[in-house]
Amino acid sequence: MKRFGRKNLSALAPFLLLLVAIAIYVAVAIITDQTQYLTVENLLGLLGRSIALGITAVGQTFAILIASIDLSVANLISVSAVLASAIMSGDPAMMLPAVVTVLVVGVVVGLINGLVITQFEVNPLIATLGMALVLQGLLSAAFNNFAGAVPDEFQTFAYGQVGGVSVSLLFLIGLTIAAWVFLRFTKPGSNIYSVGGNPEAAKLAGMRTTRVVITAHIICSVCATIAGLYLASRLQSGAPWIGRDGVYDLESIAVVVIGGTALSGGRGGVWGTLMGVMIFSLIDSIFNLAGVDAFAKQILRGVIIVAAVAVYAMRSRRIEA
Amino acid sequence: MINRLKHMNPVFLVLLLLFVAIAILSPYFLQPAGYMNFFKRAAPIAILAVGQLYVINSGGFDLSAGALVTLTVIGSSILLDGDASATWWVITAMLAVGVVVGTVNALVVSWLKVPSIIATLGMMITLGGVALTWSGGAPRGYLPENFRFFGRYLIKDLPVIKILPVAVIVMVVICAAMWWLMHRTNYGKRLVAMGDNPKAAMLAGVPLTQTRVVAFVMSSVSAVIAGILLGGFAGVSTDVGVGLELQAITAAVIGGAQLLGGRGTVGATIAGALVLQAMFTLLNILGFPKPIRDVVQGLILISAVVIAGYRRRRSGG
Repeated sequence: MKRFGRKNLSALAPFLLLLVAIAIYVAVAIITDQTQYLTVENLLGLLGRSIALGITAVGQTFAILIASIDLSVANLISVSAVLASAIMSGDPAMMLPAVVTVLVVGVVVGLINGLVITQFEVNPLIATLGMALVLQGLLSAAFNNFAGAVPDEFQTFAYGQVGGVSVSLLFLIGLTIAAWVFLRFTKPGSNIYSVGGNPEAAKLAGMRTTRVVITAHIICSVCATIAGLYLASRLQSGAPWIGRDGVYDLESIAVVVIGGTALSGGRGGVWGTLMGVMIFSLIDSIFNLAGVDAFAKQILRGVIIVAAVAVYAMRSRRIEA
Repeated sequence: MINRLKHMNPVFLVLLLLFVAIAILSPYFLQPAGYMNFFKRAAPIAILAVGQLYVINSGGFDLSAGALVTLTVIGSSILLDGDASATWWVITAMLAVGVVVGTVNALVVSWLKVPSIIATLGMMITLGGVALTWSGGAPRGYLPENFRFFGRYLIKDLPVIKILPVAVIVMVVICAAMWWLMHRTNYGKRLVAMGDNPKAAMLAGVPLTQTRVVAFVMSSVSAVIAGILLGGFAGVSTDVGVGLELQAITAAVIGGAQLLGGRGTVGATIAGALVLQAMFTLLNILGFPKPIRDVVQGLILISAVVIAGYRRRRSGG
């Protein structure tokens, strides 16, 4: 392993973890004699079950790359889903206004997060936690159950198919490619790595670090609202608890980290995140194949998150809290 | 004197203002039954917040505290199932669970170099899973009277204050002990040194792992104690601990604790917990729906950090 060097290993690690997860999946399927699940469609289907997590996590990758974090995504997902279905109320003509409104909300929330973090120098954990509480409080005060409904046309987002592949999966892959191109080939994208890696140096090099941080947070929040739109489309209606019930805040952070993006910022990328999402859904399917009890699943999940992060962290010898 | 006032932590002033507002709006809180009930309700969150402060001052977070509260309540009620004679060993066992959980959290951070937010997040998910597996998803068993004594019992017919909830005594004793450890011992100094600059502390001879273990154990044990109190007055449910870790962090931050290391004091943290509880009480009196609590908690959380940062920059600290 030594000859890969540190840098290559951190890029390879999520891939290796994914291979291990797939190997275990195959082994468990063979041992439990459920080989009918061993198809490529099935593997892709695994990702299809985690679309909302995937979209959110792609956004969260941006926040973590600039050494920030966003704990408000789960509540923003609920806000987005409820707003969308309440505005649409089953009327196809209201689809566009609803989507636009929700995306604007995403931009505003991301902007506020970014401004509070950069202008008031509030720790991002606190800033976004505060935002999470505010969003959830406002939403629960206004709605206490499923609100409105999305028209059939809007359900295409979650249930539609193009050439045998689901629209939502294509969207997630398209989003990941767009995010990758942005990060890899554009100036604002490379600025994100510079600011995340060393904000002082980036500032001295003449970069407007404030703007970069705000941009990353807006991208993160907009992705969360898109995940909310997807959930509204899938559930046909939004409820104020769907984001929280999905634990999208903590799970999105976990998959980003498992995907090899450093919590200290500046290293990682969206492909790793997508692999992290796949690893997560594979773990779920392995438990299902093996018939692990739903609650015991949760225990193992907690252990696996920590173990996976430990794999990365062990190699970094810095003293961190 | 004026100078001292100027440097006083604003949390105490905010607390005073809130108390005055509550007293004006609802004279019930001027009677012993009123304010003692208030302190009783604030006791678990104050204890949790001071425990959390140890971890925050060490430079980390403990997100597993709320799940441990739930596990304590669920686990105790299953183990006891109304059997009063078992209360003492169950409490001992639960405190031992707290020590184990805290130690594991700290060792995962120290040995595996996992950031504490992830380590304790994993612990939170794991403990939640343990509580659900154990209980089968719904609360079972029930807590005997002598277990509920700590959270529920009121000592009556006292002079002046008339009644005194046992929970308030527990709060005072626990918080006093944790104040002593934080502000009157070498351990407290090592803890703050580590939170401020772990590398410098290590070079100065602070045993980082050991210091961290104690900090996380303080947090976990305080969660178990808070769970015992909550089981006493709120009863058994599977969501009793939900969100408490965030309230504890909020309370410490309102008290001026600086995230990622150093500076928080036990007194100000208790005041922060009381501010949070007073704010909830005030909103209740004013007839706001419950979700508005979250909005207010979020806003004061951010403002507390903004104000603390502003004060620090002005004083050049």
